[in-house]
Amino acid sequence: MTREEIESRGDETMMDAAQIKNQKPEEFFNVNYLRIYYGNLFPYSDIHKWLSYGHDGKHPGCDEYYFGRREFSFTLENDVYLRYKSFKNASSMEDAIKSNFPYKIDIGAVYSVDPDKRHAYSQTGTNVFTPVERELVFDIDITDYDDVRYCCSGADVCSKCWPLITVAIKVIHTSLTEDFGFKHILWVFSGRRGVHCWVCDPKARRMTNEQRSAVAEYFRVYKGNENNARKVALMGYSLHPFLARSYVDYLKGFFEGELQATQSIFSTKDKYEKILAMISDEDIQSELRGKWENSARSSLSEEAISLVRWEQLKNTLQSKKHKAPTLRMCVEEIVFTFTYPRIDLEVSKQMNHLLKAPFCVHPKTGRVCVPIDPNNCDEFDPLAVPTLSQLIEEINSGGSRMDVDDDEDSDTSLLAKSIKFFRSSFLEPLLKSCKEEIESSYKTKIGKSKDSFSW
Amino acid sequence: MEVIRSQKRTPSNDTVSNPKIPLYLTAPPMEVRLEEFELFAVDRLRVLKGVSDGLARGRNPKEMDDLVDTLWKEHMRDPDASVMLNKDIISHFVLRLVYCRSDELKKWFLSMETALFRHRFRLQNFEAQRAIVGEFGLPYKAVTGAELEGLKERLGQVVRSLGQISPTVEAVYYKVPFEEVPDLVASRRVLIQKGYAFVAGSQLVSLVVTQFRSHISKALILTNRKWTTTIQEREKDRLTPIVEALSTSYLGPDYSQSTEYAEISLMDIDQVAKSSFPLCMRHLFEKVREDHHLKHGGRMQLGLFLKGVGLKLDDALAFWRAEFTKKVGSERFDKEYAYSIRHNYGKEGKRTDYTPYACQKIILSAPGAGDHHGCPYRHFSEDNLRAALGRMGLSSRGMEGVMDQVRNKHYQLACTMTFEAVYGTSCDAGINHPNQYFEESQKILKSKTPPAPV
Repeated sequence: MTREEIESRGDETMMDAAQIKNQKPEEFFNVNYLRIYYGNLFPYSDIHKWLSYGHDGKHPGCDEYYFGRREFSFTLENDVYLRYKSFKNASSMEDAIKSNFPYKIDIGAVYSVDPDKRHAYSQTGTNVFTPVERELVFDIDITDYDDVRYCCSGADVCSKCWPLITVAIKVIHTSLTEDFGFKHILWVFSGRRGVHCWVCDPKARRMTNEQRSAVAEYFRVYKGNENNARKVALMGYSLHPFLARSYVDYLKGFFEGELQATQSIFSTKDKYEKILAMISDEDIQSELRGKWENSARSSLSEEAISLVRWEQLKNTLQSKKHKAPTLRMCVEEIVFTFTYPRIDLEVSKQMNHLLKAPFCVHPKTGRVCVPIDPNNCDEFDPLAVPTLSQLIEEINSGGSRMDVDDDEDSDTSLLAKSIKFFRSSFLEPLLKSCKEEIESSYKTKIGKSKDSFSW
Repeated sequence: MEVIRSQKRTPSNDTVSNPKIPLYLTAPPMEVRLEEFELFAVDRLRVLKGVSDGLARGRNPKEMDDLVDTLWKEHMRDPDASVMLNKDIISHFVLRLVYCRSDELKKWFLSMETALFRHRFRLQNFEAQRAIVGEFGLPYKAVTGAELEGLKERLGQVVRSLGQISPTVEAVYYKVPFEEVPDLVASRRVLIQKGYAFVAGSQLVSLVVTQFRSHISKALILTNRKWTTTIQEREKDRLTPIVEALSTSYLGPDYSQSTEYAEISLMDIDQVAKSSFPLCMRHLFEKVREDHHLKHGGRMQLGLFLKGVGLKLDDALAFWRAEFTKKVGSERFDKEYAYSIRHNYGKEGKRTDYTPYACQKIILSAPGAGDHHGCPYRHFSEDNLRAALGRMGLSSRGMEGVMDQVRNKHYQLACTMTFEAVYGTSCDAGINHPNQYFEESQKILKSKTPPAPV
């Protein structure tokens, strides 16, 4: 959209500009901004291309109804919730979003028939309304780490605890690519305090609930609630190779480095008692407690104290670990408790679970749910993600040029970078591979029918 | 498979390459005699019911292996290996017909056949197991040579992570898409790399059982379709009655002939009722003594039981007469009741010697108002059942176990648990027949009586 076009849109936009100048800093989100966002910035055609997985009707092997069988849901202002929405194509999706201004858009599964027509089908027998494809998804939320972060709690997140999410991305992403062989993975900021992961390989989309559950359980290590002090129990004589690799490549270094610096988990009595409770031997607990209670008057920084105490703990356990099987991997258990990813299992297990769409705006923070580069996730800062009001201001000052396709280098608009990343590192490779698959399965089908003479 | 009347059986030409466990992939082209049709199925059914019993009792996998071994040897063995194999195959396919006919039957059959397969598989040696994997046509490659060398260290880590201190990396691993072994993935019992799980030979069971289960499940649906559209009607005078009877049959001894353990006389009857009768018969007996009457259902159930227990006809007549005449008078007794007692003993009418009812039949009966027959574990209210069990001498702890089984509708297991609590001994076979309860009880009591002083 050119500057002329923006200015000619009339009063609506100019009024908003005035509003912006008078806004309170907290006002990151409101319906008017959202309208403008949906009117100008939401990447409809990219989302449509993604979820069509190559079924764009250009190839004879395409299923033109594929996109129309995908369920979407809208959450409107006042928490009105509309499920089983489906759209024939990109423009009907765009129209629906522009007329409803949903505060949240969720993406569900691809069903056997158009969700709109589901009532015509029974629940048993051969003609059923049932999910047939759905991305393998994961949801990591910082509130699940509340028992191990001391800087924030609840919905807050800061630069001290966000690294927990970063480590989680690294561990899970490495496993998804190395262990499971998945190739088309999209990580998205959830808008406030976590991330979502969308695994889009055809193999992943066709997984059954049982298989999804198996992958989720494979990732599960933390089995905690208020009732047990030892929430990670690593049995056996060594770690499974997946856990060993995660420990060596990511968790150990993070625990001994960044975590100590940001959380100082040994520096006060409250904090270290929690860790001592994870050691299942009272004598060792008392021994360490004795050392630490007495060194309270040290002049070292919190971080340094923590590191010293960690070394003491490690040394003590190393010499005593043969005392009981539960002590064998106590050091690793502590590291895992503080750093290993905590995913929401229920989100991953069922095909029909709905998950928020990328590029939505979070109503509480106004931040856009932008993609995250898993290979550079250290650089991602949740507090620097563009907010709705920043985007609107940018439009009004004529700074954004939405023709992202032309003039790549000169486009510096806040959202364009994210959209470009989405396209180049996720969408394009995905569509290329989808087209190849459609092509080859079409060829196989043609080959088969040539050989048969069924009348 | 063709079912024929008694004729010489044509030797079967099926060239099944000798796996010890057939996979039942297709019905083999052989002829089956009509008698064998039923007999083979009954034998296999004994095995499946034994498996069902073992699972309901929570036997661990090793115990189940042994149980299956015993059951198979007892019911399905034949000195001729090819005869044994044929019986295996034929009986499976006959039971498919029997158990495809409703969702509940399908579910039971699928669970039992899968469990049977799982434990038979576990009992095979490694070579036989590999052959079976091959039979399934599973495109899994064994990992060998350089690839295996490269994985050895991590495979060892997996073994150690499962609690084995010195890793014995097995000789053969299979490279399997991870989707096919979800339970091994979920419990991190396998190494996974680039979408493939490396499954040890000893873990093959998981893989193979999943395939087996899926195949049988689909087959049952097809069989059901064929049954309802063609077979049921076509065979209504020949196979259909057999098929319909098989799913509800009782398979134990019929107790129509009393044995040495079970002769009782009128003098002993009260004492014996207290010490050795199962709850259903105790209740009926107490009611006869109390009310001096029983309605028809109760007279049949108790009367036939007493016959099986060894009460002679004359004593039976005396017993019933003694009670009933307190209410109805001697003449009416002779006119209305004596005849049917004699009938039960095969002395009247078509002179069939009726057999005492098995638990299955008693459980399925429908006592109405004023009736006292049926199975107390099923038909009594919880309060009444607890009271009755208390009178039998059960502690409140013993009672909980029994009530648990009742809640799960395992009425025979409840009775078995009662037996075990009353006699302080285990009853591995499980109670299937009131007369069995009586005989087992007598056995125990007689073995406890001290020898007569010389």
